[in-house]
Amino acid sequence: MKESSPLNLYKFLPQTNCGECGEQTCMAFAAGLIARERAIEECKPLFEEKNQKKYGKKLASLKEVIAPEVALVYVGTGDRQLKVGGEDVMYRHQMTFFNKPPFAYDVTDAMNEADLVERVKLIDTWRKFYIGNWEEVEMVAVRSVTGDADKFAKCVKKVMENTEKPLILCSFDPKVLKAGLEVSAAKRPLIYAATKDNWKEVAQLAYDYKVPVTLSVPFDLDGLKSMALTFKEMGLEDLVLDPGTAPNGEKLQESLQNFIKLRRAATEEGQKDFNYPVMALPINAWMTSEDPVRGAYWESVLAATFVIRGADIMIRHSMEPHSVMPDMHLRFNIYTDPRTPVQVKPGLNKVGNPTEDSPIFLTTNFALTYYTVESDLASNNIDSYLLAVNTDGIGVQASVAGGQITPSKIKDAFAEAGVDFEKTSHKSFILPGMAAKFSGELEDLYQFKVKALVGPEDSGRIPGWMEKQWPPKK
Amino acid sequence: MGEKINISDLNKQLAEMDVKSLEGVTIEGDIELEIDAGAAGAGPLFAYYFGEEVAKVAVQLVNMAKAFGYPVESLLQPVAVAQAISPAPAELAKAAATVPAFKIPDTLASAKFSVGTDKTWKTQIEEVQLGATKADGGSRGHVIKIGGEKAMPFFFDAAMPNRPVVTIDVFDMPIGMAKAVKMHYEDVMNDPADWAKKAVKEFGADLVTTHLISTDPLIKDTSAKEAVKVVEDVLQAVDVPIVIGGSGNPEKDVEVLTKASEVAQGERALIASASLNLDWEAIGKSCAENNNVCLAWTQLEINAQKELDRKLMKVAGVPRDSIVMDPTTAALAYGMDFAYSNMERIRLGGLKGDLELSFPMSSGTTNAWGVREAWMVNSPNKDDSSWGDRMLRGPIWEILTGFSLAMAGVDIFMMMNPIAVAYLQEITQSLMGLVKAETPDTTNWISMEV
Repeated sequence: MKESSPLNLYKFLPQTNCGECGEQTCMAFAAGLIARERAIEECKPLFEEKNQKKYGKKLASLKEVIAPEVALVYVGTGDRQLKVGGEDVMYRHQMTFFNKPPFAYDVTDAMNEADLVERVKLIDTWRKFYIGNWEEVEMVAVRSVTGDADKFAKCVKKVMENTEKPLILCSFDPKVLKAGLEVSAAKRPLIYAATKDNWKEVAQLAYDYKVPVTLSVPFDLDGLKSMALTFKEMGLEDLVLDPGTAPNGEKLQESLQNFIKLRRAATEEGQKDFNYPVMALPINAWMTSEDPVRGAYWESVLAATFVIRGADIMIRHSMEPHSVMPDMHLRFNIYTDPRTPVQVKPGLNKVGNPTEDSPIFLTTNFALTYYTVESDLASNNIDSYLLAVNTDGIGVQASVAGGQITPSKIKDAFAEAGVDFEKTSHKSFILPGMAAKFSGELEDLYQFKVKALVGPEDSGRIPGWMEKQWPPKK
Repeated sequence: MGEKINISDLNKQLAEMDVKSLEGVTIEGDIELEIDAGAAGAGPLFAYYFGEEVAKVAVQLVNMAKAFGYPVESLLQPVAVAQAISPAPAELAKAAATVPAFKIPDTLASAKFSVGTDKTWKTQIEEVQLGATKADGGSRGHVIKIGGEKAMPFFFDAAMPNRPVVTIDVFDMPIGMAKAVKMHYEDVMNDPADWAKKAVKEFGADLVTTHLISTDPLIKDTSAKEAVKVVEDVLQAVDVPIVIGGSGNPEKDVEVLTKASEVAQGERALIASASLNLDWEAIGKSCAENNNVCLAWTQLEINAQKELDRKLMKVAGVPRDSIVMDPTTAALAYGMDFAYSNMERIRLGGLKGDLELSFPMSSGTTNAWGVREAWMVNSPNKDDSSWGDRMLRGPIWEILTGFSLAMAGVDIFMMMNPIAVAYLQEITQSLMGLVKAETPDTTNWISMEV
């Protein structure tokens, strides 16, 4: 959607202020649509059959106006359904990127059953805690290595027995894809891929089984567009584009530039006939090296390239922590909504059930820092108080350097939060290690009635610090 | 569906029945009815069973039936949302297969794809020369140029004139560092000159940064006069362009950096750095007077960056070709999103003609090592999946922190881990098309064995 004024969406709404959507007015709902916080389906009257005479045209126009610039394709079903594409902007600060590109990790039909099940379980259960959420893998890509349709179907079945995550079925052989679809179509997998050689058969499969399909025409955007137009003409519009991911050489530059061209065509030029989501294949890194560290690093680097510039979904291989962890964080960072505040409310908070004997920690009100410290205290069962000092959302190290946190600001923050050290048994608080240099000045400010202990530089080390330093010596 | 019926036949029949128009269907002239799955009108199941072309006729029949009071509504019920009707159960798929309506053309449609360049990018980023050879008043073996871009990094709009470069950190005293970094420097940590040599010869540093951290009053409080001897040593030890950094103490740095700038007179050394928190005027003036380059450091704030750049130019008299910006590097998983978008906005602003932002950018990429995921042995959160080997995690953290910001427009990276340096150079140069290599047939990925 290019529209930025609620007024221009308001004219397509019923304008009755009926309140069914939960907003007081249709104008407020229009503002919610602009902010992408509301979906048009939430305006029930617009969709009611009996209102179609009245609202049919409005609804049709509204749908057109609010359609995302990069088409949105759904893969999977139910709770596990994934949104692929649906982006509106070229650069994240212009609004935000909405749907992080799902990572599909590969398995093959050449794996023996034990290895297959173990890998699927690894993919299925991988998780990492980050800023109040669990990061997880979204998909499994099943590759046909043997070329045998029966083996492929068996493999797909086995994968489905071990994970609910949506699948990508990968083969250029329509017979193999068909065998896979026979056992998985009900879960709406994405198929990969229609090519210049097999497109007729694969189109028939996409139609018969009603599944989204990837069109693969590497390094030829004219050819890719021609295939997309042909599929659209046939009524197949749940499309994903594979413009080719070269893992090295000058073709790698061409690959990135193709992704940039496609994203620009969709978001900046509004080319509606060719605005499908785009797939990257960082897995191709493994064609260039057999060294496991080199392969994983290079795959991560390729993943970063395309997460930042234009991929809407990608197929991956390395589940090594040194590949999956950094990539998950990179994707999280790039897809974080720049419009949401990153600060927590300054003030004193309880972790667990603190008493007068419990330690009092302090950190800044930068959300990332605050949640990290809180999670480290909570997951290690440390009953405590945690003061968030207002640094305008700047982290400890930077705010110490930039003056957003100072000894007097810390003292004021404790006073404002109503902390009375006389009522504690230890008469102390714990500074972040990064703010160690404030210790002396703070004790001066408190006229030596309160101890400013120096904690570790990383809150992950608080448990070890507690063992050695807590309670403080009198 | 045994008998063929087309729209003109239907119209004729309707005309005979004296029905001129039905609700929602105009009989006269060209008739176009779209079957939009999920939208109001004919439901997707309906379209599914009949195929689109047949459906056009069928819709009219159904409407006619409706007009005559037949209960055909159930056929037309749209399913709530389009995606919910797919996938088709196997029987449906079979049924669909017998309907010949879905038509596959014989050949692919012909199409030409084209996309324009960004016409708003009118201003070239300043090209800044680091280092000076004897011919132009310095003592370096060669010079390095950074900046000069006319487009976002690696975009097709315009080629990048200069590749991103790496300066490796050297400290004037041993410091604590992550194990995966320390192992590469243990043998040289007591000698900044050897350290610099190793960085250049073994690790491919384009430049070296000498950090005079011992000058910090809380560390060793080394005097400026004493500290800058290390700069002279490093200038002797290597012939690459250099960067000179202070300790981060806002009072002492002014004294140390102005002295260092004098010692490196004419070398076009990058002086790190002037900021709004200290006497930027003194540092800027000393850069201008001694033909060095001034690094303008701000903290993730585009307007502060504009203010500082403006002051350095207008008040301190630093020439445009002698300013590099450091808008602050927040590392991967530790606020990289702010650093990334701040830099991307700065670069886009520069390209669009904001002359207070059209300078090359620098990144303190070593901040990556402050992130716990880069150095901690195990996750403090017991429910996390394994964090694996930290010796492998650390370097990739530095690679991805730097590389993300390369995509946002950074021209010079301050780094430490040699593996990270090599990867950063390889990927940025690959994306510029400078690395020649035979690309494998990528369609083989499906069947490859890994």
